[in-house]
Amino acid sequence: MIEARDVWFSWQQGREAIRGVSLSLSTGEFGALIGPNGSGKSTLLRLLNGLLAPARGEARFNGVGLPDMPARERAQRIAWVPQSMSTAFPFTALEVALTGRSPWSPRFRFENEADRAIAQEALEMVGAGHLSNRPVTELSGGERQMVMIARALAQRPECLLLDEPASALDLKHRAALVRTLVSLRQRFGLTVLMVTHDLQLIDPGFDRVFAMSEGRLVSEGAPAEVLTSEKLAAIFDDTHVRALRMNGRTVVWSE
Amino acid sequence: MTTRTRLLRAVAISVVVLAAAIVLGLWAGYERITITALRSDPMVRALFFRVRMPRVALAMLTGAALSVVGAALQALFRNPLAEPFTLGVSGGGALGASLAIALGWGARAWGVPLVFVVSFGGAMAAVLVVYRIARAGVVVLPGALLLSGVIVNLIAASGVLILEYLTDPTRSLQILRWTVGSLDIVGFDMIWRMAVILLPAMLALLAFARDLQLLAIDEDTAESLGVNVRRTEGVVYFLSSALVGVTVAVGGTIGFVGLIVPHAVRLVFGQDLRVLMPASVLLGAAFLIAADTVARVAVASTDLPVGAVTALLGGPVFLWLLTRRQRNTAI
Repeated sequence: MIEARDVWFSWQQGREAIRGVSLSLSTGEFGALIGPNGSGKSTLLRLLNGLLAPARGEARFNGVGLPDMPARERAQRIAWVPQSMSTAFPFTALEVALTGRSPWSPRFRFENEADRAIAQEALEMVGAGHLSNRPVTELSGGERQMVMIARALAQRPECLLLDEPASALDLKHRAALVRTLVSLRQRFGLTVLMVTHDLQLIDPGFDRVFAMSEGRLVSEGAPAEVLTSEKLAAIFDDTHVRALRMNGRTVVWSE
Repeated sequence: MTTRTRLLRAVAISVVVLAAAIVLGLWAGYERITITALRSDPMVRALFFRVRMPRVALAMLTGAALSVVGAALQALFRNPLAEPFTLGVSGGGALGASLAIALGWGARAWGVPLVFVVSFGGAMAAVLVVYRIARAGVVVLPGALLLSGVIVNLIAASGVLILEYLTDPTRSLQILRWTVGSLDIVGFDMIWRMAVILLPAMLALLAFARDLQLLAIDEDTAESLGVNVRRTEGVVYFLSSALVGVTVAVGGTIGFVGLIVPHAVRLVFGQDLRVLMPASVLLGAAFLIAADTVARVAVASTDLPVGAVTALLGGPVFLWLLTRRQRNTAI
């Protein structure tokens, strides 16, 4: 279980980016974090991964406060997919995916064959198996995004935090990503919290939706409860938003 | 091929290259040294053991240290153009060293020459200034990094120049070597004093190869994979400053070694820091022995400063990397 308890955070000299957020996801639950740009979604994700320390309140994983968890153990349990990757060197996709195995091997040992197999499988799961020997600096934005997701999957985490993982993915790979996550839930009981601006990805597949606005959690519930025209209009401060449920999925657009 | 086999292969090849460079460095020179002459002629023997061997040893230590620091700084800043010289670290060290000489600090504390300590201090100050200027929040701005490195170098060079004018002629001559490096040395005294610091520092830096591999790919991701980024940064700055400070205190600023060697290694053995860093140690040693041999034999009448030879080779490499980088991403 991953949870935030009345978490507050502010960047240096800025106004508060996160203002008293509490949320929790049980093991095997899928949560989607939505909200307008600058509402604090990415910051909250970093707090839940222990990359940032809250000014007040606490982020916990399975009942243990994240600052108290050794970094290595945290990395074995929680994986994080950032929006982008800053490498300036032509590492191959497999080399990048293999770094996901580092929390599982001692400092002075190289990855073994099993680690390589896991990394290669992770690339294949997101449809990037054919890219394994290509330098990541030569890949397209979407292909790079697949490699970053594969790196996180290679960590074999209990909980996966994704920051707009599908923003550069095409239609086919977006759907494949959600299918992969769902199958990992069946295999390993994976817990997922995903920041997304693509609201079509959420229903079906996700159990809960958390909506943020100006650093606060403003709405929370099952997709059918939150993804309604009225609620979305309030969350995004846009009266043109429309949501429609049909055939068990929710379609959202802005007129 | 697994990383392990790649490392073993890289080390094996690098050791052979280094051995060849050592033989070349010991043999070639103003006076070519043969085994028979070594056996019979005491003058040749003195030349060999007092001058030729220490010089090759100094080139080895300096080349190894500068190259591995280059590889580490490139990973830490995620910038292929980073190295001790371009980031102003060598410049800071040189200013420290010439300050120590100008004030006549020939003294030692517990066997460590004070000039080492002051040079280390200068190198550390330079790297911290450059880092402070280039870091904006969670990103290190590549343009600001290199520009501030250049400016720190210019400031340090002016400092060295002023000291050269202010001090008496004998010391001023000593300071001259910091402006363009030279590996001219007599006897092994200084070599031992350097090795005591450089070898442990290089080993310690190599111990961070995996953390640097993760950092080279992405800083935040490295943190999420369990790397203590701030601590790693601090340790790498400290060790790099020690390595650069000590080599600069003896040989002066020898530029671009930390740029040429890691990039050559990358072309042959790939990007993985756990292969790149050990291979850079060995091939860096080989490279500077070769460059110094060129400096000794290129002109018949005199020695060229080895720093001029490496800059002549390294400058174009820097420019080539710059154009390639601009094609990929804007700086």
